[in-house]
Amino acid sequence: MSQNLPALEAEILAQIAAATDEPTLEAVRVATLGKTGSISGLLKTLGTMAPDERKTFGAHVNTIRDGVTDALAARKTVLAAAGLNIRLAAEAIDITLPPRPSPLETGRIHPISQVLDEVTAIFADLGFSVAEGPDIETDDYNFTALNFPEGHPAREMHDTFFFPRVEGQERMLLRTHTSPVQIRTMKTVQPPIRVIMPGRTYRCDSDQTHTPMFHQCEGLVVDKGSHMGHLKWILAEFCRTFFEVDKVDMRLRPSFFPFTEPSVEVDIRCSRKDGEIRIGEGDDWLEILGCGMVHPNVLRNCGIDPDVYQGFAWGVGLDRLAMLKYGAPDLRAFFENDQRWIGHYGFRPLDIPSLFGGLSQ
Amino acid sequence: MKFTLSWLKTYLNTDATTAQIALALNNVGLEVESVLDAAAALADFKVAQIVEATQHPNADRLRVCKVDTGSEIIQVVCGAPNARAGLKTVLGRPGMVVPANGMVLKLSEIRGVKSEGMLCSVEELGIGGASEGIMELPENAPVGAPFAPIIGLDDPVFDIAITPNRSDCFGVLGIARDLAAAGLGELIAPNKAKIAPKITNTIALKVDVPQPNWCPLFSGRLITGVKNGPSPQWLQDRLTSVGLRPISALVDITNFFTIDRCRPLHVFDADKIAGNLTIRAAHEGEVLEALDGKPYTLAPNMCVIADDAGIQSLAGIIGGMATGCTEGTVNVFVESALWDTYNIAKTGRALGIHSDARQRFERGVDPKSTFDGLDAATQMILDICGGQASELVKIGNYPDDDRLIIFPTSEVKRLTGVNMPEFEMKMTLQALGFYIGNINSDEWRIAPPSWRPDIGGKADLVEEIIRIVGLDRVAATPFPRLPIINKPVLTLRQTRMRIARRTLAAQGYHEAVTWSFISQPEAELFNGNVAELTLENPISSELSVMRPNLLAGLLGTIARNQARGFMDAAVMEVGSVFLGRTPEDQKTFAASISLGQPQGRHWADKGDVADVYRIKEQAYAMLAALGFNAETAQLSTQNLPAHFHPGRSAALKLGKTTIGYFGEIHPSIAQHYDIAGRPIALEFDLEAIPAPRKKPTKARAKLQLNPLQAITRDFAFMVGADVKAGDVQRAVQKADAHITNVRLFDVYSGKGKISLGLEVTLQPQDKTFTQAEIEAMSAAIVSAAAGVGAMLGG
Repeated sequence: MSQNLPALEAEILAQIAAATDEPTLEAVRVATLGKTGSISGLLKTLGTMAPDERKTFGAHVNTIRDGVTDALAARKTVLAAAGLNIRLAAEAIDITLPPRPSPLETGRIHPISQVLDEVTAIFADLGFSVAEGPDIETDDYNFTALNFPEGHPAREMHDTFFFPRVEGQERMLLRTHTSPVQIRTMKTVQPPIRVIMPGRTYRCDSDQTHTPMFHQCEGLVVDKGSHMGHLKWILAEFCRTFFEVDKVDMRLRPSFFPFTEPSVEVDIRCSRKDGEIRIGEGDDWLEILGCGMVHPNVLRNCGIDPDVYQGFAWGVGLDRLAMLKYGAPDLRAFFENDQRWIGHYGFRPLDIPSLFGGLSQ
Repeated sequence: MKFTLSWLKTYLNTDATTAQIALALNNVGLEVESVLDAAAALADFKVAQIVEATQHPNADRLRVCKVDTGSEIIQVVCGAPNARAGLKTVLGRPGMVVPANGMVLKLSEIRGVKSEGMLCSVEELGIGGASEGIMELPENAPVGAPFAPIIGLDDPVFDIAITPNRSDCFGVLGIARDLAAAGLGELIAPNKAKIAPKITNTIALKVDVPQPNWCPLFSGRLITGVKNGPSPQWLQDRLTSVGLRPISALVDITNFFTIDRCRPLHVFDADKIAGNLTIRAAHEGEVLEALDGKPYTLAPNMCVIADDAGIQSLAGIIGGMATGCTEGTVNVFVESALWDTYNIAKTGRALGIHSDARQRFERGVDPKSTFDGLDAATQMILDICGGQASELVKIGNYPDDDRLIIFPTSEVKRLTGVNMPEFEMKMTLQALGFYIGNINSDEWRIAPPSWRPDIGGKADLVEEIIRIVGLDRVAATPFPRLPIINKPVLTLRQTRMRIARRTLAAQGYHEAVTWSFISQPEAELFNGNVAELTLENPISSELSVMRPNLLAGLLGTIARNQARGFMDAAVMEVGSVFLGRTPEDQKTFAASISLGQPQGRHWADKGDVADVYRIKEQAYAMLAALGFNAETAQLSTQNLPAHFHPGRSAALKLGKTTIGYFGEIHPSIAQHYDIAGRPIALEFDLEAIPAPRKKPTKARAKLQLNPLQAITRDFAFMVGADVKAGDVQRAVQKADAHITNVRLFDVYSGKGKISLGLEVTLQPQDKTFTQAEIEAMSAAIVSAAAGVGAMLGG
């Protein structure tokens, strides 16, 4: 019998190798290692053998059994992998079908909102908070308290929208600048004051570079020591940070605003080429904002002693900042809301400006 | 304000170049809008002489000219009829640009003949109108030299913007003074004219105004025997150079002093004055035929100069036709006066007259120029027109000017941060005409000059000093940071606006920024406060009433985008709406509208379009982002605004406070805006959402995880169309204390019945449920549902 063992082993291993699916392999296992299998049968004969014979024969059969067991397991792994591959092949889909557009990709923030967030991020870092006031203002807050004398040509230059007079009430108008918020702030907050004041402003003027509604952001500092040197530094740092350039050359020109004294207009260096404006390089100048030391009359009008306190204010167009930074050429398009325009110039919802992550991507 | 370099030089002794002057003007606050320097622009165009002109072999109208450029003889083909041998004219060479049309000159061949340049006409050079031929220069013009200076084009014209405070710089003298102070040269003070009266004035004056400040000072002088006519060439050239048209000597002289010294004057033809002159208020409805040829109907708040026949001049603004000077004028009365700035501004604005006189008087003319200006003008009239002058007659006097400013010199450092030597402040102020007293102390006493009505305090003096020494002296100084890490800078409202905006954008919306004003019909559609919020002077009727609702602008936006072919939309806006005129009436809303398939059609969609349930989901998501659980509010379908579909919309309320609405836009509103499709909208009052409760700590409530697993059971209830799923859900929720969640996972309707699939989650507390307990709870759920009309179905 012992002579048959190698042949038996070879035959079984050949059957295992020939099995092409799991049921066939299982049948081989049953036929060999099953209760009535050939190897199990051999093992059952051990009890009838003499101890010596049993020892050698048994060892031989056990070796064969182990080899068959391993071969079965190995073959099973191979067949399982092949089966999985067949299933996977059958499950293939057309991966080129387009994805659903994500709202995170299609949603848009208007450039004015985005630029306001950028400006806020910069000034928040310098300790400024954000103050606001109503769009519908009194003549007093919009003009008189800001040192615009009655009948002064500076008032006329503001092209004001008025509401009809109501007997016994102060004249109401649409604010022509965000400066009334300076008054509201100084009347309610004790210095030191550091605020920016963004908002909608209105003038009855309409052409390519003027719209009857636009957005301003003013800044105001009132304390016991802030002077024009600080103002100049703030504006230079603001421009450099906002436009995300290494250096901004500024030019200060004396000007006139009733509510500041001295009053200054600020130009920044730029280049203009083929209708494109680049900030921080070139030989041209671009008027960007007006500013000055808060006029003593304005401080007085708010109950602040101009001999003790001093400060400065500046104002800049948010729409204009957006136009300059992001190259949107036409102011009127900001309010037309053509969906192609917003799609192109707008910002994705999670593009949230910060100083640590960058104002823009 | 326009002036020429040569005019400036009558008051400023300077060698500065045009560019240096332009820079200095900007630096002192006189913003240069343009400098027209024709000589510089035309510097390449040189004098050339035609030495020979022969007929072109192939063209009747052309000539072939041999032209002397001063260094060589070149050949130029020319079509001008006056191209002849010996003519000195202007030559352009290849590479140069023709000013009139921007054409770049090239070497060319014209009908087979080589041409090496172009002989130019005044039109081509951009210095004159249509002309018959090429320019003819004087015979003594040096060949090869730039031509422009030879014909007097070497006088650059400056155009500067004058800020409203600087009336003095509406005169060349004032500009020269600023430049001299800034170190550009030496101021040449005008000579004072001394008029010896030869005759006696016969026109009596009377001032009879309701308020004395209307006319603090009126003066004049009679001049007889003048001969009016064209003014001399130099005077005509002066006026032409700044864009004024010469009229006659008498008129030109007054215009000259307006520009030269900011001293408007008026000349009456004395023979046309009936009786005497009275300065008074106009009577209601009186009409003045003004010198601009137009009639103006006046009102009693306007100041006029009248004679016995009526109004002859609108004080300080424009003269009248009836007493205006003509070629035949022989006797004149010259007026020099002071007027009230406010009254002039109001009158000018009311009548829409923009005269040089008004421009100056409404900003404030130097009172002290009243007599000096009159004398200077008188002298010029006598010099140019002859005649004999009377004594100066006047009513009133200079207004008191008791301005005295106590000026601690430390103010310069305090406001500008600049360390400046006192002598520099002193030099600057004195050069500008300020009187400084107490100069040996550090607290000066300063009297501003009469021509600077804008100077009233210390800060004004700091500005004068810093603008003249130069703002570049101000050194950027780091702004001290707060000694703490900054706290959040946004208010709750501002934060909410940002979150609402970005949450809506994150749901696919495009943010729109629409006008704060809408048309009256639109305002009425949205129940706007038309009575209080209609503008008196809107820019158009489309933009005339403050918006009561953001949806109006968004619907307009959608309509315009549909007109461009974009039929689907998702737009939102976060901003103010206006219910009245007070600050409290200005509310902050977030609103959005979607329509159709804003993301475009997609293969996995089954043609779904934006619907009310989708916007409800978006609204709840936005409210959740704002820290508010919409499930805690009441959903109401009563008394909805008229712009919503009554059966497909709802309000979210907290007690009596409405937080907002969502639903389908009423079809009639969509139709009003001419919108195709069914827009779905939401609008929420960002300030009506309750503020989060202030907690003592940021720590969250302790998380309690129950070790016992929750079980879920599904129920299917049949309901009629009048039963609301929300009511069933709420009833089931209350059926047993162990119910932690009721999820409505299926709605099926057919055959007049609706089936609602509810998944109920039951959470055991201390021990697992027994079968009996589960059955009891199921029975309670079925019974609770039946209580609101929902029957357990198959």
